Amino acid sequence: MAEFVMPALGADMNVGTLMTWLKQPGDTVARGDIIAVVHTDKADVEVEVFTSGVLERVLIEPGAEVPVGTALAVIREDGAPAAPPSAAPAPAAPAAPAPAEAGPHIAISPSARHLAEELGIDPALIEGSGPGGRIQRKDVEAAAAARDAAAAAPPVPAQVPPAAPPTGPAVEDRNAAMRRAIASAMSRSKREIPHFYLGQTIHMSNAIAWLAQENLRRPVPERLLHGVLLVKAVALALREVPELNAVWQGDELVRREDINVGVAIALRGGGLVAPAIHETDRLSLDELMHAFRDLVSRARSWSLRSSEMSDPTITVTSLGERGVETVFGVIFPPQVAIVGFGTLVERPWISEGQVLICPVVNASLSADHRVTDGHRASAFLAAIDRLLQEPDEL
Amino acid sequence: MTRDEITEAVLRALSDVAPEADPATLRPDVSLRDQLDIDSMDLLNFVIGIHEQVHVDIPEADYARLETLDEVVDYLVEKTAP
Repeated sequence: MAEFVMPALGADMNVGTLMTWLKQPGDTVARGDIIAVVHTDKADVEVEVFTSGVLERVLIEPGAEVPVGTALAVIREDGAPAAPPSAAPAPAAPAAPAPAEAGPHIAISPSARHLAEELGIDPALIEGSGPGGRIQRKDVEAAAAARDAAAAAPPVPAQVPPAAPPTGPAVEDRNAAMRRAIASAMSRSKREIPHFYLGQTIHMSNAIAWLAQENLRRPVPERLLHGVLLVKAVALALREVPELNAVWQGDELVRREDINVGVAIALRGGGLVAPAIHETDRLSLDELMHAFRDLVSRARSWSLRSSEMSDPTITVTSLGERGVETVFGVIFPPQVAIVGFGTLVERPWISEGQVLICPVVNASLSADHRVTDGHRASAFLAAIDRLLQEPDEL
Repeated sequence: MTRDEITEAVLRALSDVAPEADPATLRPDVSLRDQLDIDSMDLLNFVIGIHEQVHVDIPEADYARLETLDEVVDYLVEKTAP
């Protein structure tokens, strides 16, 4: 038997409230299925299961607030015998089957491998679309979708209805709880992380001209926002300065291989969340725009997923909507950096002795001085700048 | 489409991006951005909603003409005129 526990969905989360079970005892569950909705101080989060099998029994009823790590349900893993119907202690479960190994000859990202395990997909059967045939998350998702479409299994809802506020705390309470969560995380950040700050003005003529042309030829629903270029540039720049794509655990830096950029999303009524766009650097601009729109929509309808809350490896925030020119961000622990962008504004720009009027944006970096220094951080901002000069390469 | 039908469609598109907005209290001559706290993603979703409901593609260059509800309706009346 495996326990399904209250997940930790951020550095500031100690407890969560089980809102809804989306599966019932006796239902089959597959790794990656969303089986519950949990309310945290910052959002209602759809929680994925990491074990395939049968939901044997639930231990916590909706409405209960429990500490992180508390067992919420018991899952009988695939191949395990059913529990006896009596209330007697269940017999010890046999060892869980070892996760499928992709084998050293299969090029697959750790995140995609993890997802493949969650979804029960054999990586050997997946055709990778990444460089050199590397399997990416989207390949796994496509394989899972194809499998599900082929199977005549009972339908599993692909889209869980948003966890509606009526069953949760009142909006006022939720906003207050979110402020407490933000206060806790930001206080910890300023208390523990020795921030340093760098800023750079980036010439955006190329990017804006390219984007205008691109959007002119696109149907309205496929238009791109300039923020997507910024996020992609950050993701690619992290490949050059990988120590910023990391988390600080205990007393050491733990680098992450996958680049999962967290994007700060302001919520209606106040507060914000910064869920991850998985493998941001590997997404095309179209894929990134689609993911971004989906994330904003779900964040504002309070239906984020647990992995989106727990996986960001850096945060990007843009506060230019209301004219802010420069952002001095506070790092969200355990991450080690946050990138801020201000408003797009026209400024005089001197080039080859000529004064030109150019669109520019101020990029800022708040970084953890335990992890890196000004020289490397400067290289990171310079990389973002350089990448934005060739938008068609993003 | 009549002006009333266009207004109705615009309000539907707005309610999709700002569900908390009350059309009855929306001031037609005041900036939508200020009244509804609309950001660039909301604006894009609004333009997509217009595209779906009124079948008008609004180029980005015209976004500046869509500051208020009245301006949006005027713009669409002009674009849908026979």
